[in-house]
Amino acid sequence: MQQLLNGIFIGSIYALFAIGFTLVFGILDRLNLAHPAVFAASAFVGIELVERGGLSLWAALPIVFVFGAVLGLVIERVAFRPLKGRADAHFAGLISSIALAGMLIALLQWRYGPDTRRFPPGSFPDTRFEVFGAQVTLVQVVILGISLALMVGLTYMVTRTRLGRGMRAVAENPTAARVLGVNVDRVTAVTFAISSALGAVAGVLFAINVNTAQLGMGAAIELKGLAVIIVGGMGSLPGALIGGLLLGLAEVFAVQHIGSSWVNVIAFGLLFVILLLRPQGLLGARKVREV
Amino acid sequence: MRTKLHTVAAAGAAALLLASCGSGESDGGDSAASGTLTGEGSGESCTIEGEVPLGAVLSLTGAAASYGESQQRGLQLAAAELAEQGGVTYDLTIEDDQTDPRQAITLFDQFVSDGVSLIIGPTLSNAAVQADPIAQEAGVPVLGISNTAAGVTEIGDYIFRDSLTEQAVIPQTVAQATEQFGLQDVVVMYSNDDAFTESGYEAFAAALEEEGVNVSETITFSKSDTDFRALLTQAQESNPDALVVSALIEAAVPLVTQARELGIDVPIIGGNGFNNPTLMADAGEAAEGVVVGAAWNSASDNPENQAFLEAYEAEYGAQPDQFAAQAYTGLKLVDHAVRANCSAERDSIQQALGQIEDVPTVLGEFSIDENRDADHPAVVQVVENGQFAVLE
Repeated sequence: MQQLLNGIFIGSIYALFAIGFTLVFGILDRLNLAHPAVFAASAFVGIELVERGGLSLWAALPIVFVFGAVLGLVIERVAFRPLKGRADAHFAGLISSIALAGMLIALLQWRYGPDTRRFPPGSFPDTRFEVFGAQVTLVQVVILGISLALMVGLTYMVTRTRLGRGMRAVAENPTAARVLGVNVDRVTAVTFAISSALGAVAGVLFAINVNTAQLGMGAAIELKGLAVIIVGGMGSLPGALIGGLLLGLAEVFAVQHIGSSWVNVIAFGLLFVILLLRPQGLLGARKVREV
Repeated sequence: MRTKLHTVAAAGAAALLLASCGSGESDGGDSAASGTLTGEGSGESCTIEGEVPLGAVLSLTGAAASYGESQQRGLQLAAAELAEQGGVTYDLTIEDDQTDPRQAITLFDQFVSDGVSLIIGPTLSNAAVQADPIAQEAGVPVLGISNTAAGVTEIGDYIFRDSLTEQAVIPQTVAQATEQFGLQDVVVMYSNDDAFTESGYEAFAAALEEEGVNVSETITFSKSDTDFRALLTQAQESNPDALVVSALIEAAVPLVTQARELGIDVPIIGGNGFNNPTLMADAGEAAEGVVVGAAWNSASDNPENQAFLEAYEAEYGAQPDQFAAQAYTGLKLVDHAVRANCSAERDSIQQALGQIEDVPTVLGEFSIDENRDADHPAVVQVVENGQFAVLE
């Protein structure tokens, strides 16, 4: 039971990270590899706000959310927009986002040094529950709740709202979208902002959950985030949640039954199996593009 | 005589060039200051005219930067005191290997060709195993100040260390903990992608067998892992008397926190990586009951240690850790060796370091044994009320 819950909670962290990631990747068809740097930067900023600023975590979270959104706008403006007219815009954006991530991490190191940092003890209520004999912390429940809520909220936004329609139109064909009166640049920028804001919240919650924030924390989860997106289906928000949970459970299963050294073999093996059986991912739609 | 000592941190490439000598003389010791590295008198009264060039390779950035920073402070404090003392002047150059063995190799090459009398470091055993052979080859003595993995000094007769190996500290830790807590079954956890923690694990396994303690399960993880709940749950299922963990502090803090959170209340016995005040600062309550052996007892009342604690506090406004204490001791030992023959020639230092015996230091009565390893008493500590206390 404890292991099942462990898997669900690790998985919901993966999902939280992947939901923001997949928004840009799946909808705008851009792979933003600065996302992991946003994840780390926000955790550090969150710690700064609580530790030095004396804010409570609940006050810090919205600020971090805004910080993430602003970072997203910067990333879009600096790393993606100048390249959008190029024939190789996808690849160029990928590389320039890696470059921007490197700069962000270097800035963080300059500002905070290389040490592992943490939220001061007691910044999150140390409440625990016992569920069927297993230990669950409040922060884990909150993370799961936030992941679910974001998934539902974002799915609604993408499918039902004007902004969401704009996003999908841009994804399908930016030129046609423009003709139809969609402000392509603005829709793109807003998508980046939302994506990074989610990454920012994920970073803070992750740091609380494991009581550790490191410069490399984003890089450590990056590959798993990508795996979750592929498993769940690119651009599918419920897919990101399910993919995250699946990956988390697979890891825990590997620990329990095969041995802890096999965690990555099992987790990424799962990725290959799913790609073989269902190349579009569990909930992804097969994309048909006509020229 | 006026003494001058400059310590060049991180980006001191320019200074290195200035201090360098003909690169053709890289074997055997004489540097630009040829002939002036041998002085007159001995011990206290030794006077050497030239500046003794020393190089230090520390991890000031990257994963091990928190250790490197402590070491830098320890070295600089010792350097300042030695400068005050006079007689022998040291020109200590500290360079950053960025926690990257390749960078350490480059720096060792550079120091060797710059003609330093001795190299201090590198911070991690990982890097030492790869960089030390360069110095050994060139006949430059090396003093490791934090390398605790097995086999480092086996690289050659120019490689020394003042850091007690895990092999020296861990058996004492395990024996005392076994007696104290009546251990019968334990679960061992370690990160298997790091030379230091892996060698710590081997020492634990051997010591546990020696004490007749049953290891019901051995669980491995990666040094970059931060979520240990699945592993800990697995450990919990075999209901051990203690968790025995070999991990660096970055993994130790979340591991200890999450263990307590899952309701694992048995003692957690850690390797040298746990020997860090960060453990109590960041794991808080969860750190209570963690047992760790140490080379340095911060509470030790020997006069060297008391003076060190005071000087460190005055200089940095913080408490030193073991890394600072060993670095500080390291430079003092080098000075001792230089003064012993009143010569800073490479071979002379090498010979004198090997003969260090019962020197009073911050770490206690200090000797170098026949394997060029440190020999001095260790102390077994337990976290009580947020502080390391001696386990008795």
